[in-house]
Amino acid sequence: MATFPEYIAQNEERDGVRFSWNVWPSSRLEATRMVVPVAALFTPLRERTDLPPIQYEPVLCSRATCRAVLNPLCQVDYRAKLWACNFCYQRNQFPPSYAGISEVNQPAELLPQFSTIEYVVQRGPQMPLVFLYVVDTCMEDEDLQALKESLQMSLSLLPPTALVGLITFGRMVQVHELGCEGISKSYVFRGTKDLNAKQLQEMLGLTKPAAAQGRGPQAAPQPLSNRFLQPVQKIDMNLTDLLGELQRDPWPVTQGKRPLRSLGVAMSIAVGLLECTFPNTGARIMTFIGGPATQGPGMVVGDELKTPIRSWHDIEKDNAKFMKKATKHYESLAIRASTNGHIIDIYACALDQTGLLEMKCCSNHTGGYMVMADSFNTSLFKQTFQRVFTKDVQGSFKMAFAATLEVKTSREIKVSGAIGPCVSLSAKGPCVSENEIGTGGTCQWKICGLDPATTLALYFEVVNQHNAPIPQGGRGAIQFVTQYQHSSGQRRIRVTTTARNWADAQTQIQSIAASFDQEAAAILMARLAVYRAETEEGPDVLRWLDRQLPQRRSKLLQLCHLTHYESSYYRHQFNRQDLTQALIMIQPVLYAYSFNGPPEPVLLDSSSILPDRILLMDTFFQILIYHGETVAQWRKAGYQDMAEYENFRHLLQAPVDDAQELLHTRFPMPRYIDTEHGGSQARFLLSKVNPSQTHNNMYAWGQESGAPILTDDVSLQVFMDHLKKLAVSSAA
Amino acid sequence: MSVSLYPAPPHSSQPPVSTAYSAPPPPSYTQAPPPVSSAPTQPPPPSGPAASQQYYGSPPPPSQQPFNSSLPPTSQQQFTSSSVPPPPSQQTLPPSSYSGPAPPPGQAPAPPVSQPQQSFPPSQPPPTSQPAFTPGPPPTAPGSFTPQAPPPSSQSGSFPPPGPPPTSLFFFQCSAVLLLSSGAFGQVRGPQPGYAAPKRLDPDAIPSPIQVIEDDKAKSTEPFTTGVRGQAPPLVTTNFQVKDQGNASPRFVRCTAYNMPCTADMAKQSQVPLAAVVKPLAMLPPDETPPYLVDHGEGGPIRCNRCKAYMCPYMQFIEGGRRFQCGFCSCVTEVPPHYFQHLDHTGKRVDCYDRPELSLGSYEFLATVDYCKNNKLPQPPAFIFLIDVSYNAVKSGMVNIVCQELKTLLDYLPRENPEMDSAVRVGFVTYNKVLHFYNVKSSLAQPQMLVVSDVSDMFVPLLDGFLVNVNESRLVIESLLDQIPEMFADTRETETVFGPVIQAGLEALKAADCAGKLFVFHTSLPIAEAPGKLKNREDKKLIGTDKEKSLFQPQVGFYNTLAKECVAQGCCVDLFLFPNQYVDVATLGVVPVSTGGSVYKYTYFQAQLDQERFLNDLRRDVQKLVGFDAVMRVRTSTGIRATDFFGSFFMSNTTDVELAGLDCDKAITVEFKHDDKLSEETGALMQCAVLYTSCSGQRRLRIHNMAVNCCSQLADLYRNCETDTIINFFSKYAFRGVLNNPTKAVRDTLVNQCAQILACYRKNCASPSSAGQLILPECMKLLPVYLNCVLKSDVLLPGADVSLDDRAYLRQLISCMDVTETHVFFYPRLLPLMKLESGSLPVAVRDSEERLSKGGVYLLETGLHLFLWVGASVQQELLLNIFGTPSFGQIDSSMTSLPVLDNPFSQRLREIIDSFRAQRSRYMKLMVVKQEDRAELIFRHFLVEDKSASGGASYVDFLCHMHKEIRQLLS
Repeated sequence: MATFPEYIAQNEERDGVRFSWNVWPSSRLEATRMVVPVAALFTPLRERTDLPPIQYEPVLCSRATCRAVLNPLCQVDYRAKLWACNFCYQRNQFPPSYAGISEVNQPAELLPQFSTIEYVVQRGPQMPLVFLYVVDTCMEDEDLQALKESLQMSLSLLPPTALVGLITFGRMVQVHELGCEGISKSYVFRGTKDLNAKQLQEMLGLTKPAAAQGRGPQAAPQPLSNRFLQPVQKIDMNLTDLLGELQRDPWPVTQGKRPLRSLGVAMSIAVGLLECTFPNTGARIMTFIGGPATQGPGMVVGDELKTPIRSWHDIEKDNAKFMKKATKHYESLAIRASTNGHIIDIYACALDQTGLLEMKCCSNHTGGYMVMADSFNTSLFKQTFQRVFTKDVQGSFKMAFAATLEVKTSREIKVSGAIGPCVSLSAKGPCVSENEIGTGGTCQWKICGLDPATTLALYFEVVNQHNAPIPQGGRGAIQFVTQYQHSSGQRRIRVTTTARNWADAQTQIQSIAASFDQEAAAILMARLAVYRAETEEGPDVLRWLDRQLPQRRSKLLQLCHLTHYESSYYRHQFNRQDLTQALIMIQPVLYAYSFNGPPEPVLLDSSSILPDRILLMDTFFQILIYHGETVAQWRKAGYQDMAEYENFRHLLQAPVDDAQELLHTRFPMPRYIDTEHGGSQARFLLSKVNPSQTHNNMYAWGQESGAPILTDDVSLQVFMDHLKKLAVSSAA
Repeated sequence: MSVSLYPAPPHSSQPPVSTAYSAPPPPSYTQAPPPVSSAPTQPPPPSGPAASQQYYGSPPPPSQQPFNSSLPPTSQQQFTSSSVPPPPSQQTLPPSSYSGPAPPPGQAPAPPVSQPQQSFPPSQPPPTSQPAFTPGPPPTAPGSFTPQAPPPSSQSGSFPPPGPPPTSLFFFQCSAVLLLSSGAFGQVRGPQPGYAAPKRLDPDAIPSPIQVIEDDKAKSTEPFTTGVRGQAPPLVTTNFQVKDQGNASPRFVRCTAYNMPCTADMAKQSQVPLAAVVKPLAMLPPDETPPYLVDHGEGGPIRCNRCKAYMCPYMQFIEGGRRFQCGFCSCVTEVPPHYFQHLDHTGKRVDCYDRPELSLGSYEFLATVDYCKNNKLPQPPAFIFLIDVSYNAVKSGMVNIVCQELKTLLDYLPRENPEMDSAVRVGFVTYNKVLHFYNVKSSLAQPQMLVVSDVSDMFVPLLDGFLVNVNESRLVIESLLDQIPEMFADTRETETVFGPVIQAGLEALKAADCAGKLFVFHTSLPIAEAPGKLKNREDKKLIGTDKEKSLFQPQVGFYNTLAKECVAQGCCVDLFLFPNQYVDVATLGVVPVSTGGSVYKYTYFQAQLDQERFLNDLRRDVQKLVGFDAVMRVRTSTGIRATDFFGSFFMSNTTDVELAGLDCDKAITVEFKHDDKLSEETGALMQCAVLYTSCSGQRRLRIHNMAVNCCSQLADLYRNCETDTIINFFSKYAFRGVLNNPTKAVRDTLVNQCAQILACYRKNCASPSSAGQLILPECMKLLPVYLNCVLKSDVLLPGADVSLDDRAYLRQLISCMDVTETHVFFYPRLLPLMKLESGSLPVAVRDSEERLSKGGVYLLETGLHLFLWVGASVQQELLLNIFGTPSFGQIDSSMTSLPVLDNPFSQRLREIIDSFRAQRSRYMKLMVVKQEDRAELIFRHFLVEDKSASGGASYVDFLCHMHKEIRQLLS
């Protein structure tokens, strides 16, 4: 049998699932003792080149409360053409189309290698993709120009049938009518007044598609577009011109004022527009902002420059006077958007804060992207934005829309909740635990936008009673059913069915301990901590976490040195990225390059910082190249340009090449930093490394072995060791 | 079948020609000998033709006795001469003016005179021809008179030479029996059939407006100089040149009385209103110099320290010129050093004649920054065109016409220097239920439309590119104006908003921080959900009830508030209405009226028929001289005070007349009251100062000064009155009164006041005589006839076919008219066209059916309407000359302009029509009315000396009634 690490890797590879425990304690009591719950990181759309979608629909268990999908774990009676549901044990007849089924002629969904399988729903119309650009015009000309170019470029990346729309805003909000001949038209709204969908619909002159009303004999299929959302192929010239003519918001901004930016109303109108035109259809609202909302609903700061935007300090003292109202506004938008399956992306490019703290729910609830950069005129933004439209080998976007994830469990285990870019669909059922963790109380979640990396943390509860026997079959099964709109417009269903062995903690503690996936557990606990930090008061969470685990507090929780919008941003990314990336966020990766050998990963530790080394650090958000003191001196002296020191040139080049590789795969684009010993940007490195040498271990002080860091943080080794020990000892 | 008075209803077919009318051709009037002068032209008895009743579907009111009866003129003469032998005194007594050049006023011993008309004796030299301001010079020779003109009296030869004495009185006598029996006045006293016919007054024996007008023309041969205090100017109907010698020209200021009573008691006793009609920016004829612009430098205009009156000829310099004493409040003010000048031996400054403000009645000061809003020099004003693009607007062709016209009209925006481009910026908005703003920035390839559909809380969606310079953005604007009609060609939107439209314009001006004018082209009652939404409240049943006044009041308070905001910003609103049904002019007009704007109404607008009128109005409205953000203040010498103001403006306190816009056509009537005694020595002074922003953005003050005499004798007051101005005051007073009082009460008040004025004269100024004699002061002998015209106007006594909108429209329109306009409006000009001569106009005839000859063609103008009436038995030659057709039946009465024919008659007639139109501030559409045609009913409405269909008294009846009222007051 394969080792657990192999088993874990294989499972992750095939199903996109990683459990904290790969052998489950068979009773509730034992499970609760283990501190780290049975939980899974699930990446619903993990890329699988070996997974061709099958062109029929799944066969469902006939029990109304179950409706599980036929899967390789089901018992099949080929003669009787019957199958038994492995969740509720209901015996089901195969549908007529399965008449030819036999041991040698099995449908794909019964093959073990298709524990994850994707179906294409044949019914229903193919829905177009909808992209609604919401563009801030209160920014410097240079920024706006860069943004306009990026937007124009994006048009060429969209499929020709995709519908696009444009909303611009500054002091006013303009909804642009597309495809007008001659005079270009737009509808203008005050930036200070919120409108509900009905009002908006009336004001834009949009009446509901006459689908419900008499489908006359000549009822040609209504084109799925309106004056504001039109197919790219029809209006790309028009829209390119329109974007080209976009001007900075013309309203004068007097000295000492911020421009009036009606972001709250603009987003509300975008949500409303899609709500009344494309409900329950995949759509992206892509919001590009150059600063905080300064007027109307959703404003986070007034227009007086002398009043700075709220700080953590203000928030703690309940001094941020706009925050609650603004948050409420954006939350209501997030709910409306997610109800209709629409995604809200936020691209915030400004040197100061833009109010992501208030707006975070818009992206978090809808599975939208949140991208932060200093300016639209940076490669960080430009490449990140371009990467949104990346296509897979089939030429489809690596994005999916309006998904629902349903979790089905064996009787002995129930689902407590999920943490990730999702909202609850409040679907009660036998699989739902009373114990809520994260977004709980449901077995279905809506994920409006997801990509191959989108990963949810799902928490389970073992409900088997202490004295009950190990359940029948000895395995607990979980089925993930993800229905989504593929970027081709097809409706698809991906089904992942996975199972783990039960074990009696009293007798088989070792096997349970051996099955612990510390990486997954770290991320799962961190997500939980972040979730709590979001919903509860900060210090309490730290205390809770300290109680639970002597965890190294990542910066996801420690906020003192961060503005909240940064923290909102980091948390947003952390909550949606897959395990590998999330792990990098928690524990940045550090590679050392030196003449002593090939590049090697080294401990993220102050002891790793040596003068003759070049370090490459990847924190997910930043990629940093650090030249040690000696290397920096050599570089300054220009040795790399001398033929006889070609090796030095190669040494300098190696981390750069590796960094480029990372940069190319990462979404969003990390910030790229090239620095050296004593450089101001070196602080990024110093703030991350493990303080193995601090004032606590003064013996290393001043030695060549590394750079001392002054901090109160616990070092990582201590944390990892402790975590492992604690997890196992609880069962002991 | 109802016929609207104002719009021409589309004629589906011509009414049948009655055989009764066409069969017996009467002896040609034009060739017939003139009627015997003494024979009163009595209307035929009511038993006349019954045929006319069939024509109009309803029995014509008794007073509407068709003159075109089949009775030949001879029978008329027989009838009248036999039934009413004129009183001997009428025949024998000459007019008082005849008895001597200057009989003492009020003591004229001359017996009553029956024949007020004077015709020009052949020996009289024609008036000196004047540079044609109005193209029709006075008649030159009696030969041009038509037979309907005042009949050459047998006594005419004995008339005195021209220049009637200023104190001449008009007398005429009527018996008590006559008065009592013939008194069919309005609805007050029904006609008493037993007496009606035989006891009529001779219409020729009562004061004739035509006669008065012609007399005044004849005597005004010299230019009118304004230097003499208390001198009444020539009538508004007279062409004359004005020389400013220290008082404002009558074109700027006209007073009801040029000799004011010294005390309040006298004023109260006489009841003569003391008022001035001020038209601050009036256009002057080319031969008169416009007011000079005076710059007093950085300190601004020199003013009295106490009452703040501006430097003017009434300031008395003392102490060698170091100080001056204010003529208004007598306060002494230091002369600033830079303004010091020595005095000559008479005490005048030696530079007196070099400085307009020391020698002229009207001039302008350049205002300094202290006179500007927020102490900031103003921006040039802006014009915003707001065009209704709802279904009706598009379908009627209005949208297309406006857009086409604007393309050229924008080159004629007002400017001070004709060489320069206009500084006025323009902006465009279209609307139906929502508003579309247009960005026409010069850098754009195409205009951009910005739709604002949230009309509940109006705002301007753009700043840059909305208000633009025409020349810079010409291509974009043209492209826009080309595209607007296309874009809305297929619109199905019928609902409109109105309040938000004005709000939009206002907000745009606010955003641009300038004053300006909105041109709103609107079609329908604004029923779409928006602020200022209206409902249809047209209810004719209210007419005649106590609730009638509500019809003149706005139905919501929204527009009053909006108007106030507009005035604060200097946003003037001109409203062009194109209604097909009730639009509630009373409410829609609130903002235009309060902001110094105008309302134009084109009911049942049809592109083909009405576009000429509309376009001419629009062109004039866009091009005319206009000032913005104006404040008018009238200062007076101690003793009197301006107490009330009438016109299109807004007042937030009791002294300042605020005008968001003030154009050259707007007049303000100011009423004065005593608050102390005036002295005969110093007279009464008034100074009207208008602070405004010119069309180039210059802040200026226009000053008009006026000095009148004061008297302690009532007779002096009555000798120096101006009836036309009094009528202007009365009409505005009454038309405002209907807002708060029952219409009947308003009419009664007018009659009472008029009776008191005349009774006071009779009691205090006329020599004792029999109570049966009606004695009228010479200056006021037309007061009864004109007052009657006011009383029976559509506002005060509407006919059944007058819509509520028309009444509200007229009410608002009159409020800003000057004396010239009110005169012709209430007493239309009726010209016989049988003979035309170049260089002179035919003498007008009185507005009565009796004066029309069946064989003739007449032109009638009211300032708003222009009719060409064609008699049923018109001469063929006239028809050929005018219409190019020999047959009456072939005249197309739907034509709005006469065919261009190459004959002198046609040319001259069209010249006359053009000149009439040029004189008026609104273009008059020509309506051709054929005798007996259905449309004649509309025409007859303007024959104001006759009984009206709505029950208005005839002139004769009203005069009798007035006599009775006077006698009651005297007894």
